[in-house]
Amino acid sequence: MSEIAVQTISLNKSFGNVRAVQDLNLTVHRGNILSVIGPSGCGKTTLLRLLAGFEQPDSGEIMLQDRLVAGRGTYLAPEQRGVGMVFQDYALFPHLTVLENVAFGLRNAARRQRELEVEEWLALVGLDGYARRYPHELSGGERQRVALARALAPRPVLVLMDEPFSNLDADRRVQMREEVQAILRKAGTTVIFVTHDQEEALFMGDRLAVFRQGRLEQIDCPDTVFQQPATRFVAEFLGQTDFLPGRVTPEGIQTEAGIVAQKVGLPAGEPVELAVRADDVDLNLPRYEGVAAEVVSRYFKGTYNVYRLRLPSGQVLHSLQPHTRIFLPGTEVKVSISPGHDLACYFQGKLLPVTSTRF
Amino acid sequence: MAEVQIVSAEQSASRAGRFSYRRPAFSRLLWVLALLPAGLVLLPVLYLLLRTFESGISGASLFLNLGTLQTLLRTAALSASVTFAAVVVAVPIAWLTVRTDLPGRKVWSVLAALPMVIPSYIAAYLMVAFWGPRGMFAQWLGQWAGIERLPSIYGFPGAFFILTLLCYPYILLGARAALQGMDPALEEAARSLGYSPLQVFLRVTLPQLRPAVAAGGLLAALYVLRDFGAVSIMRYDTFTRVVYVQYKSAFDRASASGLALILVALTLLLLAVESRTRTRARYHRSASGAARQPAVARLGKWRWPALIFTGAVVTFGLILPLGVLLFWLVRGVQAGEQLAPVWAAAQNSILASVLAAVFTMAAAFPIAFLSARNSSRLSSLLERVTYSGYALPGIVVALALVFISINYAFHLYQSLVLLIVAYMILFLPQAVGSVQASLLQVNGNLEESARSLGASPLAALRKITLPLVKPGLLAGMAMVFLTAMKELPATLILSPLGFKTLATGVWSAVSEAFFAQAAAPALLLIIFSAIPMAFLTFTEH
Repeated sequence: MSEIAVQTISLNKSFGNVRAVQDLNLTVHRGNILSVIGPSGCGKTTLLRLLAGFEQPDSGEIMLQDRLVAGRGTYLAPEQRGVGMVFQDYALFPHLTVLENVAFGLRNAARRQRELEVEEWLALVGLDGYARRYPHELSGGERQRVALARALAPRPVLVLMDEPFSNLDADRRVQMREEVQAILRKAGTTVIFVTHDQEEALFMGDRLAVFRQGRLEQIDCPDTVFQQPATRFVAEFLGQTDFLPGRVTPEGIQTEAGIVAQKVGLPAGEPVELAVRADDVDLNLPRYEGVAAEVVSRYFKGTYNVYRLRLPSGQVLHSLQPHTRIFLPGTEVKVSISPGHDLACYFQGKLLPVTSTRF
Repeated sequence: MAEVQIVSAEQSASRAGRFSYRRPAFSRLLWVLALLPAGLVLLPVLYLLLRTFESGISGASLFLNLGTLQTLLRTAALSASVTFAAVVVAVPIAWLTVRTDLPGRKVWSVLAALPMVIPSYIAAYLMVAFWGPRGMFAQWLGQWAGIERLPSIYGFPGAFFILTLLCYPYILLGARAALQGMDPALEEAARSLGYSPLQVFLRVTLPQLRPAVAAGGLLAALYVLRDFGAVSIMRYDTFTRVVYVQYKSAFDRASASGLALILVALTLLLLAVESRTRTRARYHRSASGAARQPAVARLGKWRWPALIFTGAVVTFGLILPLGVLLFWLVRGVQAGEQLAPVWAAAQNSILASVLAAVFTMAAAFPIAFLSARNSSRLSSLLERVTYSGYALPGIVVALALVFISINYAFHLYQSLVLLIVAYMILFLPQAVGSVQASLLQVNGNLEESARSLGASPLAALRKITLPLVKPGLLAGMAMVFLTAMKELPATLILSPLGFKTLATGVWSAVSEAFFAQAAAPALLLIIFSAIPMAFLTFTEH
């Protein structure tokens, strides 16, 4: 792996009784994009503010490229850290033009040089010709890109982005997300990107960190986090997940919805829970094989349907189906679980290691 | 089919303008009711124009007169220097009370805003009663040090000092609001781009304050331009005083109206500048992010100079005047000063001010309603005409009404009616402003849905709009009432013979240096003026 850009060691920060960041050990490698996700109030914004230097940690250390910026009696002011920040509401200086905003952090260059550099950055974010405009003359997406250019221009060691797309319309958001990712890759910057939108988090990051109440629940590449959520919380937070209780048998895991052929390395009879997502559950007319269930409701999502199902015990499952397959609420159906991959399996609330042996 | 009809109805409504009142009778009535007071506002200026041009050559020569030029220079110099000094006083206090750990900053922020409730003639009276000949200070010096003569406080220094202390709160309030409303992310962004706290203050914070300070500064300049009380008591010949002297001593109509017109032109100029800065000020939070409290700067040992500065301003602006007032009040009571005349004057003041409040609001409502609900070119013209009342100093309105009544309606001359009319012209903008603000908060869709449920426009107004804007109406009336209580020049000139009010009571007592006699009515006036401030302060928290 490449050089470490950011490292926190047992970082702690409380506000009164609220422990916003608890014992955080986090490492981000140079040039990587880390998505940080969690429910509101989980401490993700506090983490950014600690890294930027707007908050002082109660204990622990922060290293930026081998330089200690906080901890062990050291505390570097924000302006001495070289950490760029893209704020949720962009925080463009309203009294300065786009050019002056982007040039704001380029303090040491000569005027001409500075303007040239700004032009380059504006070209990179696709805003050539906007240099003389004022922030209030720009659309939301344009402001976003100016904020990005402003943060990138001084070539910071790290760029922090605090829910940068939350002020955009839904359709612009998807487009901006792609554009911004491309720009960040081109600039080769290390980025920590905070969001509460799981789709955004899965898309943007090379790695994905899930926070809960100031603690890091899991950090890994997005696919792993999605497929093997380390805790029930992570599974619930990323994508619609139902927890299906079962017991270990020699043939696999016996659940109410049938046997899931999967090895877990536990003695038979142990109670476990399977994280079942909508795409793992199949649904058929009553004459087919499977376990009887009732369709409770249908969520029509356009290209697909999600059905909410109730098993005889009251256990709820969801099933993802093509938009052409329509079952009316109240109908009897048969369900079966056919994931085609190992389901995340929890024993006493903890994820069991994947044995990667399927029956 | 039904759906199609709904869509087309909405479309036609939006084409016609969002709020259109198409029922002719109601609409026509509203327009008549709105145009009448607007015409009233224009009357004084039209008359003055007429008078000045009638007098022809003598009128023209007035503009080139050396004396007029001097008055102009004096007025401009006073306005400019007071505005500058007020900014210098207000901005540091705003920053200290919002963004630092100044001990007792909440208390300071209230105290420092309070001098604005003191009417200028009372502030001037209190200053003369302290520093002036036969004032408190002079008496002490005479008693203890045997010093008989003090350097004169009259003229520019006195007027400058008083007006600065009365005007800086306007800038202070605006600057405080701007500092509180500023997005802390702006300063953080600047820090993350490598700037030290001081650099951030100079390059990001101060520029953000500029629009608020400019707006407050213009208010201060307008205040000085229109002020009659302080410059008169301080005997500094700005336009208002010269106009009054011309009228009083020479009864020279032509030159008084000419001078008054120049004054109106000056105020209009300032107002034009003000509205320009207001439309160009785009300095607002760009989005509604999480409203975080901005960081508080630690003063450290700078705490002491900061406290001394703020304390000195509050002492000279508030504590000393109030102390002087209490001193003369006590002394008056000891000397057997009669309270009966004060009580009679208070009744007169209240009578005139209640009438002013009721009639002004009645005149303001149709204008505000039309401009809030019907954005046509005519309604915005109407609104602008009303606001030009701001450009009319009390002395100008009073003068014009005197001349008009003498020429065309003598039985109105020196009647209460004329005084109320003057108040209406002067305070209409204020009333329209407050009604309009509350009307704009009431969604016009409410009226439209009442209409769609079968209510007539009048019924919608009575059952929906009026109950919803009632707080705004009452607040507007209270403001007019209190401003009318304090008003001096128009009251002085237009009051019926023997109709003494609190304001004219203070004035006449001060002009004869009966400081003790002025104390009781002055105290009453200050208490009345403080009511809206107290209301604002308590509703804010």
